[in-house]
Amino acid sequence: MTTPNTCPSVELDDATRAELERAGVIVSKVDFLYNWARGGSIWPLTFGLACCAIEMIASATSRFDISRFGSEVFRPSPRQADLMIVSGTVTKKMAPQVVRIYNQMPEPKWVIAMGACAISGGPFKQGYNVLKGIDRYIPVDVYLPGCPPRPEAVLQSLNYLQEKIRTQDIKSDPAFTEGRRQYPVPEFTGTDLEPAYNPDVWQPPANPNAPAEEKVEKEATA
Amino acid sequence: MPNYELIQQDGLETSLLEVSMGPHHPSTHGVFRMDVKLDGETVVDLKPVFGYLHRNHEKLAEAMSYLASMPFTDRLDYFNSMTNNWAYALAAEQLIEIEIPERAEYLRVIMSELTRLVNHVSLVGFFVNDLGALGTPLLYAFREREKILDLFEQASGARMMCNYFRFGGLRCDVPEGWLDRTREVVDRFPKFLDEYEKLLCENEIILSRTQGVGNLSKELAINAGITGPMLRASGVNYDIRKVDNYGIYDRFKFRVPYSKGKVGDCYDRFMVRMLEMRESIEILKQALDGIEAGPIMGNAGKVFKPAKAEAYGRVEAPKGELGFYLVADGTTQPYRYRVRPPSFINLTVLQDMCIGQQVADAVIILGSIDIVLGEVDR
Ligand code: SF4
Repeated sequence: MTTPNTCPSVELDDATRAELERAGVIVSKVDFLYNWARGGSIWPLTFGLACCAIEMIASATSRFDISRFGSEVFRPSPRQADLMIVSGTVTKKMAPQVVRIYNQMPEPKWVIAMGACAISGGPFKQGYNVLKGIDRYIPVDVYLPGCPPRPEAVLQSLNYLQEKIRTQDIKSDPAFTEGRRQYPVPEFTGTDLEPAYNPDVWQPPANPNAPAEEKVEKEATA
Repeated sequence: MPNYELIQQDGLETSLLEVSMGPHHPSTHGVFRMDVKLDGETVVDLKPVFGYLHRNHEKLAEAMSYLASMPFTDRLDYFNSMTNNWAYALAAEQLIEIEIPERAEYLRVIMSELTRLVNHVSLVGFFVNDLGALGTPLLYAFREREKILDLFEQASGARMMCNYFRFGGLRCDVPEGWLDRTREVVDRFPKFLDEYEKLLCENEIILSRTQGVGNLSKELAINAGITGPMLRASGVNYDIRKVDNYGIYDRFKFRVPYSKGKVGDCYDRFMVRMLEMRESIEILKQALDGIEAGPIMGNAGKVFKPAKAEAYGRVEAPKGELGFYLVADGTTQPYRYRVRPPSFINLTVLQDMCIGQQVADAVIILGSIDIVLGEVDR
């Protein structure tokens, strides 16, 4: 049996590879090996925010068993964790803490936004105290919709993340070249969070109802 | 606290240590913070800080029709969506005065007792987790929980957020064979409880860590408005299922476990819950025997305008008295919508119970209160 060609950029034909393998040599890239090991042992942070956290715990228990995918080592300390599962509603009081915890995690680090609340505010979006999505402050790798998502969905999102990790290029990925990424911690100033969003990660979408620029100019000259 | 005297030994200067536990802390059951002042390992002051999960539940409900906030009540205490639904339905049903069919009443009791099993079994798992038995007891608890969640899913379509109750009945009937499957689960549950009790109730570590820790006197419990298993652990025989007889609880024979003449420590609170599960099983068996075929929904419209009135509906939720207070102003939306959350009010005695204890015990005391932050902060 030959292993799948994990390194198409090295031009080896299948016959040569098979011969090498018989001699006990596997040709591969460091990237492949490294990402394979990384993806198979993601350590999530024990970080429960709301209802979704219960389903996150359920995905770690024996029926769903997240350890089949190598991620059963939940770490309470951000300094030992690779993956932050933002599981639940982020309120304006909690958002600074979430960003701070993210900042403390060492590289490489990933984020799964779990549940409608973490993605967009979910059912509580109309509320005055709920963030309209954690992706305004920290970069999110996998969005996991549901209210709450089933534990199977948690596992699937982990698989998606593993797929993403497999495509990482160690030489150019910011996780490896830029050192620990830190994002500005918002402050709750009494009326709202300051700053309202982090332009590095999120830009407000263009307003489709805004008057066209020409029209504005005309009005200005008139 | 101001007059607290530090231990002084010759030549040693000591000072108080302030520790902020939370909001991200594995022992705080969500986003809850305790600001503790420590003298060595002893807690001399404790200030609970909450609001990290304030989701404007009440304000949102005042801007939508009565029925529309039903799914939001699921998310209050997210372990027990069924009892939350029931409390809210009871309050609104007082406003519109409606007959509830017999079968619906039975199913309501079945659902809420199953919920009690889910809550208590997970609570015990988390509680022992807080004691330091990391993982294993929780895995046992969640294994049983999954069986009941499957039943919920078959009936309502969702595992946790069931949204199953409607004013005047239930949203839909249970599928065929559901009652048999429930009976199977209920019949097997005592076996699991035996096993669990054998492992935990006389476990030496549990005894020494929980007995005499976090005492709550009867007087303080009553004065602070504590309800639910916590009140009963302090020796007060008070259960709204018996007091109000809401639904059809007067038809069932069950006992209310409470710890007579005990101090109301963490062990009592733990045991009251273990015993309560057995009683729930008794109720479930009787209800499964008594249920008959029939309609499950009275004739309430989806949108209605109750006349100007006030209503308060309460149930014995697994955590205590859960009440909904509604003020109707003649429109389709409530003028005021207020939740009386049991875990928030039970939390108010945390400081009294923790002062003088070790810091590791504060974690257990918090665990034995059984809080859910969705309900504390709303
Ligand atoms: S998405 Fe739904 S289940 Fe998850 S935290 Fe928000 S309200 Fe709760």
